[in-house]
Amino acid sequence: MENIISVQDVEFSYPADPESNEPAKVILKGVSLDIEKGGFTAVLGHNGSGKSTAAKHMNAILLPDKGKVYVEGIDTSDETKIFDIRSHVGMVFQNPDNQIVATIVEEDVAFALENMGVPHDEMRKRVDEALKSVGMYEYREHAPHMLSGGQKQRIAIAGIIAMRPDCIVLDEPTAMLDPNGRRDVMKTIQSLNKDYGITIVLITHYMDEAAQADRIVVMDEGEIVMDGVPKEIFSKVEEMKKIGLDVPQVTELMYELGKKGIKSDTHIINEEECTEALLKLLEG
Amino acid sequence: MAIIKTENLTYTYGIGTPFSKSAIQNVNLEIEEGELVGIIGHTGSGKSTLIQHLNGLLKPTSGKVFIDGQDIWDKDVKIRDIRFKVGLVFQYPEYQIFEETVYKDIAFGPKNMGLDEKEIDRRVNEITDLLGLGRENLQKSPFELSGGQKRRTAIAGVMAMEPKILILDEPTAGLDPKGRDVILDRIKEYHRRTKSTVLLVSHSMEDVAKFATKILVMNRAEVFCYDDPPEVFKRAKELTEIGLSVPQITRVFMALKEKGVDIRTDVYTTDFAVKTITEYLSRRS
Repeated sequence: MENIISVQDVEFSYPADPESNEPAKVILKGVSLDIEKGGFTAVLGHNGSGKSTAAKHMNAILLPDKGKVYVEGIDTSDETKIFDIRSHVGMVFQNPDNQIVATIVEEDVAFALENMGVPHDEMRKRVDEALKSVGMYEYREHAPHMLSGGQKQRIAIAGIIAMRPDCIVLDEPTAMLDPNGRRDVMKTIQSLNKDYGITIVLITHYMDEAAQADRIVVMDEGEIVMDGVPKEIFSKVEEMKKIGLDVPQVTELMYELGKKGIKSDTHIINEEECTEALLKLLEG
Repeated sequence: MAIIKTENLTYTYGIGTPFSKSAIQNVNLEIEEGELVGIIGHTGSGKSTLIQHLNGLLKPTSGKVFIDGQDIWDKDVKIRDIRFKVGLVFQYPEYQIFEETVYKDIAFGPKNMGLDEKEIDRRVNEITDLLGLGRENLQKSPFELSGGQKRRTAIAGVMAMEPKILILDEPTAGLDPKGRDVILDRIKEYHRRTKSTVLLVSHSMEDVAKFATKILVMNRAEVFCYDDPPEVFKRAKELTEIGLSVPQITRVFMALKEKGVDIRTDVYTTDFAVKTITEYLSRRS
């Protein structure tokens, strides 16, 4: 499969700050990662592991000190191509309130299109489509500040969708949301990937969200330490805990049962599989 | 005697306008001293409004709030004293840090209470140790600290006032699993050592299940239930019906029961699940 993003041996540090005697901080120590077109990749890692920094390299918000990042084959260090790069890869951040600029939902979604000089008819069409794809079309004439966090985050996502990117990178989009908001945003992300074929890179702290991806990349101390399908990654319970991460509760249950000598499968990562396995165990 | 008691507590926003809405309605609650209460409820259920009544930040539209047996809106009560008795840590408290050093920030509350330097010093050091902030960080600017440390500094400032009741509004929001575990663990330790009453608002049923001695569930401006964790999780089905997400483990046991397995469904932690399964297996053999 074709790669939409290719990160090659990227090193990055934040420069030293002479004012506070803060030494230079090395964040990425040679990260290489290919993102396949149409995939859904989750990136896990504790705070300071470098995952957000890596994500910001994916649409040229940050440029590598060493190494290269290519988006659809374009070198992100080519300043003349920055517009192309960002039209391929859009980014959604953690705090919905920091991403909304207009006082009416549909105007907010149209903001980038207006800047891009998209003709009015085309703009109308794209805004409506974008709002429908995140399930917020009915709210198009509402004021964003009256919406819930989850709804605001879906508006922010719609603003990116309207630009028709091939890939969206989301940096902890659900961290500030309540369980309902999280569920709706995750449903939206799933649908963008499955129904619209948009490549997803999701940075998250929630293991149940990562379990929904088709690939998980785990970062620790500026390096990629694991890369595989969720079943594979979460079955490494000890390793995950050692680097300060969790596994889904059901995986942990299987792991603990295993420790008690009960035959169990730590490749189980969701409720349905766990229920099936327990059913067999208890009735077998 | 209950340390926190509310009587028909009601708070209505925008009275006299078309937007008039009760954020909490007829809340009758009695919380005993020394409990560690997890407060659960989705956005708009009234939990934030409720806790803001407990230290007098909001004045009830009707009904009463008693702290330590005192009606806090009685004309003889100084609301300032109530604020010292009931410490409130808001969401994202690190945004409220403003002092030059970590020490000064933690000392701010105790200083305002009029304590002497020696007592302030004792409290700052004690709470710094308890929260694992490291005394070597005390002279640093709070803004040099990591996100998790900043959060703990802000919490320390309220803990250093040694309130009889400590209330925290989503203290783990936005943290990674490690940061979350550290904060919850430290709060638990604070509760164990001080034997004070601690109320903690959370969106995570998993977290609450791990440590609370009592769970308060708010729904649509009313108390849905206030009970021991096992009793609350017995009602897991109702909880999902009112839109709360019960722990993944609980959902699995509910599904097992639905498929005809004769098993309890008030299982909410991994340890308890393991125990339940091993017991079931040994009973069968």
